[in-house]
Amino acid sequence: MPVLMSGNEAIARGAYECGVRFGAGYPGTPSTEILEEFAKYEGVYAEWAPNEKVALEVGIGAAVAGAKVLVTMKHVGVNVAADPLFTASYTGTNGALVIISADDPSLHSSQNEQDNRNYAKFAKIPMLEPADSQEAKDFIKLAFEISEKFDTPVFVRPNTRVAHSKSLVTLSEPEPPEDKTAIRINAAKYVMVPINARARRVEVEKRMQQLREFVETFPENRMEINNPEVGIITAGIVYHYAKDVFPDYSYLKLGMVHPLPTGMIREFAARVKKIYCVEELDPFIEEQVRAMGIDVTGKEIFPYTHEFDPGVIERAVTGQTARPVDLPALTIPPRPPNLCPGCPHRGLFYVLGKLKAFVTGDIGCYTLSYMKPLEGLHSCICMGASVGMAHGMSKALKEKGKGKVVGVIGDSTFIHSGITPLLNLVYNKGDAVIVIADNRTTAMTGMQEHPATGFTLQGEKTRALDFTVLAAALGVENVRVIDPYDLKMTRTVMKEELEKPGPSVVISNRPCVLFKRFQTGAAKPLQIDPAKCIGCKMCLGLGCPPIAWKKFDDMPEDQIRKNAKKQDGHSFIDQDLCNGCTVCRQLCKVGAIGEEVSANE
Amino acid sequence: MSNATKSILLAGVGGQGILRASDILCLAFMATGLDVKKSEVHGMAQRGGCVTSHVRYGAKVYSPIAKKGDVDILLSFEKLETLRYLDYLKADGVVIINEEEIYPPSVNLGDAIYPGNIEVLTSRYFKKVKCVNAPDVARRAGNARAINTALLGALSNELMITDDVWNRVLKESFPQKTLEANLQAFNLGKLF
Repeated sequence: MPVLMSGNEAIARGAYECGVRFGAGYPGTPSTEILEEFAKYEGVYAEWAPNEKVALEVGIGAAVAGAKVLVTMKHVGVNVAADPLFTASYTGTNGALVIISADDPSLHSSQNEQDNRNYAKFAKIPMLEPADSQEAKDFIKLAFEISEKFDTPVFVRPNTRVAHSKSLVTLSEPEPPEDKTAIRINAAKYVMVPINARARRVEVEKRMQQLREFVETFPENRMEINNPEVGIITAGIVYHYAKDVFPDYSYLKLGMVHPLPTGMIREFAARVKKIYCVEELDPFIEEQVRAMGIDVTGKEIFPYTHEFDPGVIERAVTGQTARPVDLPALTIPPRPPNLCPGCPHRGLFYVLGKLKAFVTGDIGCYTLSYMKPLEGLHSCICMGASVGMAHGMSKALKEKGKGKVVGVIGDSTFIHSGITPLLNLVYNKGDAVIVIADNRTTAMTGMQEHPATGFTLQGEKTRALDFTVLAAALGVENVRVIDPYDLKMTRTVMKEELEKPGPSVVISNRPCVLFKRFQTGAAKPLQIDPAKCIGCKMCLGLGCPPIAWKKFDDMPEDQIRKNAKKQDGHSFIDQDLCNGCTVCRQLCKVGAIGEEVSANE
Repeated sequence: MSNATKSILLAGVGGQGILRASDILCLAFMATGLDVKKSEVHGMAQRGGCVTSHVRYGAKVYSPIAKKGDVDILLSFEKLETLRYLDYLKADGVVIINEEEIYPPSVNLGDAIYPGNIEVLTSRYFKKVKCVNAPDVARRAGNARAINTALLGALSNELMITDDVWNRVLKESFPQKTLEANLQAFNLGKLF
């Protein structure tokens, strides 16, 4: 009886079924659920590392000790892990090591849409690409077999639509895990000093050659010869998109995208007349097929950017768009993501937005504060960049930057990549205020633990990192703690710290409003008293979802309460959405916001 | 070049229970012996932004997302979101609209206008348009969050899935504490 599983759940299941009992990773959409699901299986050890580099190093260590290891991350996480990655390709893995690179075409929840197939080629590591949940489970097992057989790390690359789509999966009986761990010292293989690394470098090329031979008979590279007029070379979920619109064409569906089966590609080319290479993002397969001297149609008709769907492929091939209904052009207000009602970041960024400072931002929910009306964040590059950039900016601006440079970084992101740049800020005598927006969890990916939460991935209590102690240990003399629900305190402390020379750390201390661990029961929702509201729109400046503007023009005559001369409407709070954080109440100059309203009927 | 795969597009706003609804829908199709696939969005996209979930079913389903112009039923959890996805529908597509309005930030700030007459406009282009006051149904059923099951109830009228299957799947999907209200919301939703 098949079960409905997401690609991420299926990856976790596949690893468990083939005897993997060790996992490490760092949360990142669309990869997060893999390790969360894996951690739930009996007898498994799984941990959140502070970042992807550490996760991979933990994985390499466990694999060198003989374990079968799963390491998970999102595409940009591989950038962080790239340093150990390239050399792990040289050392090989002893046990087995499979790295998930969950790519995000269309940037559903990412800062870029890099195509990590390039990493496979660059680091000389084989890569498998599943097309659905069943393949996700099956390919994980194959990846571990390949890792063991060829003594190499192996990449598995789901994209967002594989990771977060659900489809039917047939479960298998889990194999009993085998403990192959032991201390085996082999300096020539694991000490990558030049003399050893030169020798291993040659081994890498030998391994690639063996893999090139292996892929010719790899059963997940599969040819479907139907209509010989048109052949499609593709991999991953794009295969399904293409099959959806062109079920009768012939296909070469590649389960392994690096290295490519050149013999098989030549055979396919000989059996079909016209060939399309259909792949999202880079022309990774296409360029290699072209280099073989085979004529293909690819990126001249298929987009380089963003994810495909069946319609994108149909349109590219046929030149036509299906428009069964001739709809009028509609003006639809956009609905960008927004900070939640009661989000602790809102108060903080409301204050930062008014400081006339440059606020270097980072990766997390709070990045959304760049938007109107908060506009309290002015850059976002990668995990940790806020701190390094704030320092660089203050150094470059010199006097002009005095009291005008703030870096904001979340708790999990600070642990991930903010500590070393903060050390640098102190060491090189920078002058910026670094705010750690500490909501006690990795919120954006769905409340994952980290070294400051006091709990491990598997729910064990552990030591919790203290940011004030850490900042002091790094040499920061000015360390302050604020409550971002208290606007006055937030404003005062920020101004004081910006005036001081040298680095300051301000810890904005308030748990994520969605995080159940800290929820203390519902606070009373607030209301706006139409008998007092003067329509100044101050509260709207928070961009809080429950607070809306009601125009007098749209209201029945008898409900209009005009309390100021030029007033043309009043604010309104949706009681179902408000969670009573009180930040808007602090902004209201006429005391119109409260738990109760005066008799206004 | 169409195949027999059918598509339902669930669209709304983060936090409305769309992903749970599409899970339940998938389980119901599975129970009838069909192949099924669905897509979801996670991460930053979920923070109060548009959320969609495609559910596709048939003898053999390839893509978990439908192309524009190929969706059989649009189950819209929020009025405005209906308009955003109308171009996904087939000519004879069915539209089910939750009458709830959730203002996007630009409307809250008074920078944009929330379009009026969405049901009327939709009816001009599609023959079968049904409106459901799902928040009201959910409240009457005893759980304000049961908007998603209320809409599934309305959707069930368009599908060949037996009451037995729905009941079984709903029982599997909710804890005892909220099950009764959700079953009630589903049944009240069916009256639309």
